[in-house]
Amino acid sequence: MPLPAHIDYILHLADNALILGHRNSEWTGHGPILEQDIALSNIALDLIGQARYLYQHAAGMMGGDTTEDRLAYGRDAWDFRNCLLVEHQNGDWGVTILRQFLFSAWQFYFYKQLQRSRDRELAAIAEKSSKEVSYHLRWSGEWVIRLGDGTAESFSRMKNAVDQLWKFTGELFVPASFERLLIPEGIAVDVEAVRPLWEEKVGEVFADAGLEKPAVWMQSGGKEGRHTEQLGYLLAEMQFLQRAYPNCEW
Amino acid sequence: MHEEQWPLWEVFIRSKQGLDHKHAGSIHAADAAMAIENARDVYTRRMEGVSIWVVESKYVHASNPDEADSLYDPANDKIYRHPTFYDLPDDLKHM
Repeated sequence: MPLPAHIDYILHLADNALILGHRNSEWTGHGPILEQDIALSNIALDLIGQARYLYQHAAGMMGGDTTEDRLAYGRDAWDFRNCLLVEHQNGDWGVTILRQFLFSAWQFYFYKQLQRSRDRELAAIAEKSSKEVSYHLRWSGEWVIRLGDGTAESFSRMKNAVDQLWKFTGELFVPASFERLLIPEGIAVDVEAVRPLWEEKVGEVFADAGLEKPAVWMQSGGKEGRHTEQLGYLLAEMQFLQRAYPNCEW
Repeated sequence: MHEEQWPLWEVFIRSKQGLDHKHAGSIHAADAAMAIENARDVYTRRMEGVSIWVVESKYVHASNPDEADSLYDPANDKIYRHPTFYDLPDDLKHM
């Protein structure tokens, strides 16, 4: 029997990818310019693809009639294990870009370490996804620099984005209860060890962008199912079809 | 949305090693680095390419369509310039 913590862990990673993928997909058709509309939609598809592999893996371990769709569309907000950062609303382009950068920088170093997980399926998904995440990190990092080091208005918008999002970054490096159980098993990544790598990367890009890391109280709770109200609205839209017409396909 | 448009860039994609870059289309971008990323995102999302060139459209100089008669028509009756009198082996690709 798989440990319940093991399934929570896979769902945590899947939920991170799905929720950020969905947030990015909200930009499709609304991007500031056609090329960036497509770029962000590509990233959305990459993330939703990662989520699918992870949900399939979790569904396989859970057995019975569990499917990837049921995990994505059939759970309520308190079942979701994503971190608070990814559910934060899109705001303007600056907020969306910074949210992607902060998360991609985490995911980049996290997936590198996950490739050594004793869960071979997780390790394989991490390896495959790392190439995608390298590009997300490069793309979003360049935008953070462009906007931070751009005009007075773009700088003030990036500063506003930092003020909005920074409080959600602490949670990325604090292991949840299920992670604590799995780190000694060699299944989960020790996220505390990811922090210095992330700090360095974010520090480099912020320095080029002329942005500063604020010292603020860090929010947490997402990984344990305690979310901001924004996740409820997101799920209401994302899950509508499967809720209204269970198991429908097209 | 934005008062000033980003410059236009022409995009050339090489579909696989050994082939030439071919014109794929154009995109807007603020500079060359962004142009390559935009070209990657717009023109290679269905595995169309392994290499990208971009050049700002203003640097592409075109022949004048009004001069087409004098530039191209004289080649019409010079059939001996075509390599059509050779038998090519079936195994020869990309000719």
